[in-house]
Amino acid sequence: MANKLKPVDVVIVGAGWSGGILAKELAPTGLKVVMLERGPAQDTSPDFAAPAVHDYLKYQRRHQMVQNVSRETITFRNDVTQTALPMRQLGAFLPGTGVGGAGAHWSGLHWRWLEWEHKMYSRTVDKYGKSFVPKDMNLQDWPVSYQELEPYYDKFEKVCGVSGKAGNLKGKIVPGGNPFEGARSSEYPTPPMTSSQSMVMFEQATKELGYHPFPVPASNCSKAYVNPDGIGLGQCHYCGHCTTFGCEANAKASPHFLMMPLARKNPNFELRTLATVLKVNLDSTGRKATGVTYVDARGQELEQPADLVVLAAFVTGNTHLMLYSGIGKPFDHKTGTGVVGRSYAYQGGGGARVLTDKNTFMNPFMGSGALGTWIDDFNGDHYDFAKAGYIGGGGISAGSNSGDPMGFHPTQPGGPQWGVGWKKSMVETYQHTTGVGHQGAVMAYDANHMDLDPTYRDIYGRPLLRLTFDWQPNELRLMQAHTEVCERIARQMVGKKDAPSIASGRPHRGRFSIVPYQTTHNTGGVVFGDDPRTSALNKYCQSWDVPNVFVLGSCVFPQNAGRNPTGPVGALAFWAADAIRKKYLKQPGRLV
Amino acid sequence: MSADDVTPGRRTLLKLVGAGAVGALPAARPAAAQEPAMAGMKMPAAHPPAAPLQPGYVFFNADEAVFVEAAVDTFIPADEYTPAGTELGVAVFVDRQLDSGYGRGDRMYLMGPFMEGAPEQGYQLPLTPAELIRAGILDVEAHVQAAHKTTFDALAPADRVAVLTDLQHRRIALATVPTGDFFDVLFQLVMDGFFCDPIYGGNRGKASWKMLGYPGVGDMYANKIAQYRNKPYIVEPKSIQDFA
Repeated sequence: MANKLKPVDVVIVGAGWSGGILAKELAPTGLKVVMLERGPAQDTSPDFAAPAVHDYLKYQRRHQMVQNVSRETITFRNDVTQTALPMRQLGAFLPGTGVGGAGAHWSGLHWRWLEWEHKMYSRTVDKYGKSFVPKDMNLQDWPVSYQELEPYYDKFEKVCGVSGKAGNLKGKIVPGGNPFEGARSSEYPTPPMTSSQSMVMFEQATKELGYHPFPVPASNCSKAYVNPDGIGLGQCHYCGHCTTFGCEANAKASPHFLMMPLARKNPNFELRTLATVLKVNLDSTGRKATGVTYVDARGQELEQPADLVVLAAFVTGNTHLMLYSGIGKPFDHKTGTGVVGRSYAYQGGGGARVLTDKNTFMNPFMGSGALGTWIDDFNGDHYDFAKAGYIGGGGISAGSNSGDPMGFHPTQPGGPQWGVGWKKSMVETYQHTTGVGHQGAVMAYDANHMDLDPTYRDIYGRPLLRLTFDWQPNELRLMQAHTEVCERIARQMVGKKDAPSIASGRPHRGRFSIVPYQTTHNTGGVVFGDDPRTSALNKYCQSWDVPNVFVLGSCVFPQNAGRNPTGPVGALAFWAADAIRKKYLKQPGRLV
Repeated sequence: MSADDVTPGRRTLLKLVGAGAVGALPAARPAAAQEPAMAGMKMPAAHPPAAPLQPGYVFFNADEAVFVEAAVDTFIPADEYTPAGTELGVAVFVDRQLDSGYGRGDRMYLMGPFMEGAPEQGYQLPLTPAELIRAGILDVEAHVQAAHKTTFDALAPADRVAVLTDLQHRRIALATVPTGDFFDVLFQLVMDGFFCDPIYGGNRGKASWKMLGYPGVGDMYANKIAQYRNKPYIVEPKSIQDFA
């Protein structure tokens, strides 16, 4: 029987980007705000001090800052004919944990989604007709347009000190930036990062091919910067230990130093770590949340009553809590009805290798999480869908992330991977290779969904979240086509237009595998929209069914795009915080 | 001298004094070189080693230590680039990792029921990495005994290469554990032991970092990335302990 605590006004579940932004925005209202984070406390000091933090084994191989799946995991199957089995060790994606969540160890690619990416359904239908959309593809618009979200994209960029070059400033196309982007009201807060050799070669090659390269917008901070909240970000060290690592310089924008200290300034705000929320509790009508039940570090089950509950626990945590708590109609793949667990999507990838001559030096260890050059020529709706044969597109890029030999010891193609001749092959290759990669959209289908597993449980006794997912023909065509584009660019980069190419990168033929790491750009499960029949949340990320529950993060996306999610995740958190502060708190109830 | 005169010495020594206590034999030998016969069985203290001592093993028993050392030195032979893997502490790294939380599966979901799944569903064994490696080593030795009438470490170098290659390509069906699971875990540990920061026991002397021209963990490149663009940046590598 859970012990009942004194009631508070707001409970926030999860101390990542979404939760952190909500905490920072709501704490100054004077309301009693409690944030519950399953993981431990962590902070730049003492946890991310260099060079000890550049420990590849600890962070990249043993995943110190990632969810411990021995306690809770998901089950996985490709399709409904299979029995889903537990993801017994981390693989394809890495859900964050601890204060800062994945925001403490992300790569830092910080995008605004394109106008088209906000309105994928109506824009596709307008241009190609309704019958162009495959019958099994659940293409949906966001309930928020790019224009509506623009001030929030702007705000989040300024908070993070994003490094980049505007391509469309107030409607005017500016050279050096992304000519395809939505109109921006202001330039990026800091200038673009310094290019590596790989990026210089990619930029030249793509220009020669008639594409439009631009620097990846990077929350890695190209120079020391003070944000509008008065918090300083350091200059990126290009240390090459970024993705899955905490940043020693506070150059990588992260909620633990950008949001938590501001929330903590308010005595009415409290953060409880090692606190795992098991369930959102509902009253007898099932239409009002009364608070949450969580397990604390002592193993006590506690009930925290609250008037408002915000779920910010990533795609898997949010979907699981909604299903387990009985909020919203669970998606039933047999009937195709229901919304919670529906519209799960992911992101495709792959690429091609670049092998240079011995007189070209990459210095692969000089890198950062978002250090790269990108083209959007095959992304959004910038290409002909009918000619290409797929909807969604993807970004194509080259960059420099990490040259740590534990993760990067390339060899000549076809050469030995160990033993005699292996070291020679590595020595010949290490400085003289790079890659061109693609990162592509995944649409939503009934076939790809989440629900509760009938067999497996977590250490708290709850059924695990079950994921059913596979690549569909649209995505397979996309990945194949983009690998060919990468190969073309790779050849151009070494001046060998007609040379045979060496496709590489992650496997994209065949079925989706949970085993190799691919990306943590999972989306969907609790999507927002204008129609309660195809969404669990309204445009303010408020539950249609339980109005005092808001759900944030990439779980709200109806399908995924060919770029990273954090930019819109942060923008939508500010957007929802505004709606809560300006509308909901003044008059609690349905905002739509 | 035949191979039988060489490795039984190492094996016998380990069995006599225990894998935990023995020091390294003086200098790692390239795969083809011979080891003086240890038939006389003097204790190690009477032969001060010319190379740094192995700190001993906490996880491997004597048979496992000999197998892993032979596997490590086959994956990472001595050549003009580096000494053999064992001399670089790679077997020690593997030993310590299997004795750690990782080896005990502290971050694995090990609740049943257990079922063989599709390859896309990943690892489904009810075994920790430590249990898997233990069982797999016994399986490999059983296979080698049946096929070659000897132990893995006593095989000629080319035969050791062949066995590991067959395991890698799943051409040998091990009796107890799936070949692929065993090989992949062992291979990853060996690779990690070669490239890892030396604080974990492997990559002694930062040998692999020097080989590749990797500067290590302490360098900052904000002011260097443009200056050294398309020029090699070669410095003496620094590890975590260099800054301690």
